[in-house]
Amino acid sequence: MKQINKILEDFGSTIILALRAFSYLPCLPRQWYRLVEQCYLIGYTTLPIVAILSFFIGGVLALQAGYSLAPVAAQDFIGSLVGLSLARELAPVMTAILVAGRVGSAISAELATMKVYQEVDALVTMNIPPERILVMPRLIAILIMMPILTIIANLIGWIGGAVVAQNVDFIQLDTRIYFQGIKNFVTFRDILDGLIKAEIFGFVTILVCCNVGLQTVGGPREIGSSVTRAVVISLILILLLDYFVTSVLLKF
Amino acid sequence: MTSDTKEQKRTSIGLKIEDFSKSYDSVEVLRHVSLEVEPGEIFVIMCPSGSGKSVLLKHVAGLEIPTNGRIVIDGMDIAEPKTRSQLHMALVFQAGALFNSMSVFDNLALYPREHRLYDKKALRDKVMKALETLSLEDAAEKFPSQLSGGMRKRVAIARALVMEPELILYDEPTSELDPTMGATISEIIADLREEFGVTSLVVSHDRDLALTIADRVAILMHGDLLEVDTRENIKKSDNPKVKDFLNPVIDIKNPRFKRKD
Repeated sequence: MKQINKILEDFGSTIILALRAFSYLPCLPRQWYRLVEQCYLIGYTTLPIVAILSFFIGGVLALQAGYSLAPVAAQDFIGSLVGLSLARELAPVMTAILVAGRVGSAISAELATMKVYQEVDALVTMNIPPERILVMPRLIAILIMMPILTIIANLIGWIGGAVVAQNVDFIQLDTRIYFQGIKNFVTFRDILDGLIKAEIFGFVTILVCCNVGLQTVGGPREIGSSVTRAVVISLILILLLDYFVTSVLLKF
Repeated sequence: MTSDTKEQKRTSIGLKIEDFSKSYDSVEVLRHVSLEVEPGEIFVIMCPSGSGKSVLLKHVAGLEIPTNGRIVIDGMDIAEPKTRSQLHMALVFQAGALFNSMSVFDNLALYPREHRLYDKKALRDKVMKALETLSLEDAAEKFPSQLSGGMRKRVAIARALVMEPELILYDEPTSELDPTMGATISEIIADLREEFGVTSLVVSHDRDLALTIADRVAILMHGDLLEVDTRENIKKSDNPKVKDFLNPVIDIKNPRFKRKD
């Protein structure tokens, strides 16, 4: 019962945090430099790891697809398989997981530290709502950067698949045919569905990490616990939401 | 403090704590505390560690809601959501609560920037003036991690000054400082009242601070308010608990704690 109460309490506080943060949206022009800073932190610092991972995920997908399709001489479909898998599923999910691990953990650690060392209380006593300067710019930054990161993940993943498909002995698929497969089967709608998912996952991840950080009570030990908690909750929510959002998107 | 930093005296505000109690779960931290701080007064609440003085201060600052009773500042209940935004009140935290990711200058500039109080030049002048008042002009570009404990406390006070408060709340302003720095901070608190006329509510267990600069002193012990009086009268108090707290005798032959063999 206590656990259920805690989950409901966390859910409620997360919703309230989102509403409060968005109520300060008209103040966004005054928070411009914080928004740019967060875009840099979320986008630029996550980009290298997104690029490396998506390249190899594309490559592995092509490898596995080649392993299954080469015996029946159906290598031509590798491009469409890799393209669709990345665009609809793997790029948004993988990018969100990386954002949770790379950025979400940093955000929850920073906010938890600020809470524990009374910096958040200091803001409140200065009549500066923490949601306005600590949460709102981060939420807007993730909404800007998630689609960009996901598109980059798609492109690099497709290239990774192409490299593997062309150079692995038992596949040897011409790059032109590989990309023709992507062109023929991956529609704008597929990419858009992936971007919608990425937006939702990224937003939820940053919101949860902000909330867990700001709810931290205690000392340095609790900062570590908050970071772990924020990342674990984010990962669970990404996978849960993936199923439900995909189900909804497939109906339209 | 230099004379050129003098500004026109601000209006000061008083506060009233009425039948205030606070409990966390079933633990009662403060019981039926009532006291009044006059405008322009330096009021020191003294109590042993863990007696709930920081809890009381957090409530006065509006960071927490009382279990019972109310705190009225300048005629407004601090528990009301809009009260804080209508008051010119600053809290100097025990550990400073400086923003570690910002320079000292930016720490001080945050409040006026967020509230759009001055243009760029006026803001710089205002911040530098506050730093000069606390002899911190050389620390403007430093980060809090590069400062000593005493400097951090002074930066925290300077940050409060920039807010042009009518009421300053100090949480253990001299804790973790050497006696000289403790005395400096006490002088600063007294000077700020002299120069700007601000009301000061100080919670501390520093006997020297309380009995030197306070107009009145309240003794809080184990959640109860024992005595409120002028510093002269508190020194002469007949209450044995107050006497023992203000004049502790170190008796190594009869220690207060008993070691278990």
